[in-house]
Amino acid sequence: MIGVIAIGLAAGVVAGLLGVGGGVLFVPGLVIFLSLTQHQAEATSLLAIVPVALVGALRQDRYGNVRRREGLLLGLFSIAGAAGGVALANALSGKVLQVGFALFTLVVAVQLVRKTTSEPSERAGDTAKEV
Amino acid sequence: MLASRPLRLVAIGTAAGLFSGIFGVGGGSVIVPLLVLWLGYGEREATGTSLAAIVCIAAFAAAAQAGYGNVRVADALLVGIPAVAGVLLGAWLQQRLHTRTIALLFAAVLVASAVELLVR
Repeated sequence: MIGVIAIGLAAGVVAGLLGVGGGVLFVPGLVIFLSLTQHQAEATSLLAIVPVALVGALRQDRYGNVRRREGLLLGLFSIAGAAGGVALANALSGKVLQVGFALFTLVVAVQLVRKTTSEPSERAGDTAKEV
Repeated sequence: MLASRPLRLVAIGTAAGLFSGIFGVGGGSVIVPLLVLWLGYGEREATGTSLAAIVCIAAFAAAAQAGYGNVRVADALLVGIPAVAGVLLGAWLQQRLHTRTIALLFAAVLVASAVELLVR
C-alpha cells in the first residue's frame, strides 16, 4: 500500500515536470504492489489519469499553453480509437498484454532519453556535470 | 501524408485513443510528437494541449473498461490522489531541480519496471 502511494506520488511529480508519466508508472505500480491483473491495472490506471491530467491541463492553461479547441477536438476524435483499443486489450491474454506493455514502456524510455539528451540544458553551464 | 488539419487531428486522436485503450495510458507519448511534427506545435503547447485531450481520452477509455468490469475505483483513488499532489509538487520542484536529471532517472525506472513485468 505504501509502495503504490509512493508510485502515485512519483507518477504525479514526473507528469508535472515532464508532461509524461501517469499511466506508464500507474500500470506497473498496480501490478507489482497491489497484484492487480494487467487488465485491471490498465483500466484502473485510466481512471486515475483523469484527475491528474485535469490538474495538469488547468495549470498549463493558465500559462497559455493549451490550444483549447484542438485539445477538445483531439479528445472527441479519440472515442473510436479508445473503444477499439479497449476491446483489443480485452481480447488479448493478460500475459500478451503485459509483454506488449513492457515493450511500450521501453519505447517511451528511449524516446525520453533521446529527447533529453538532444535538448540543451535549461541551466547554462551545468551540462558537463549533469551528464 | 494527410493534407488537411482536421484530418490530421482525427488521425492523432484515433491513434492516441488506440494506445490509451490498449495500454491503459493517457496517450501523451503519441500525441506530443505528432502535434509537433504534423501541426507545427511548440513543445510546451503540445504538452499542454495533450494534457487537455488526455482528460477526455482517459475518461472514454476508463468508461469502456468499466463495461468489462476491470476498473477498481478504490485502487484508482489510492494512486490518483497522491499523483494529483505529485503534480503540484512537480511544478514547485521544476524551479529547483534539473529536469534533465529527473528525465534520465525516470527513464531508468521505466526500464526497471519493464524488466519486472517481463520476468513476472
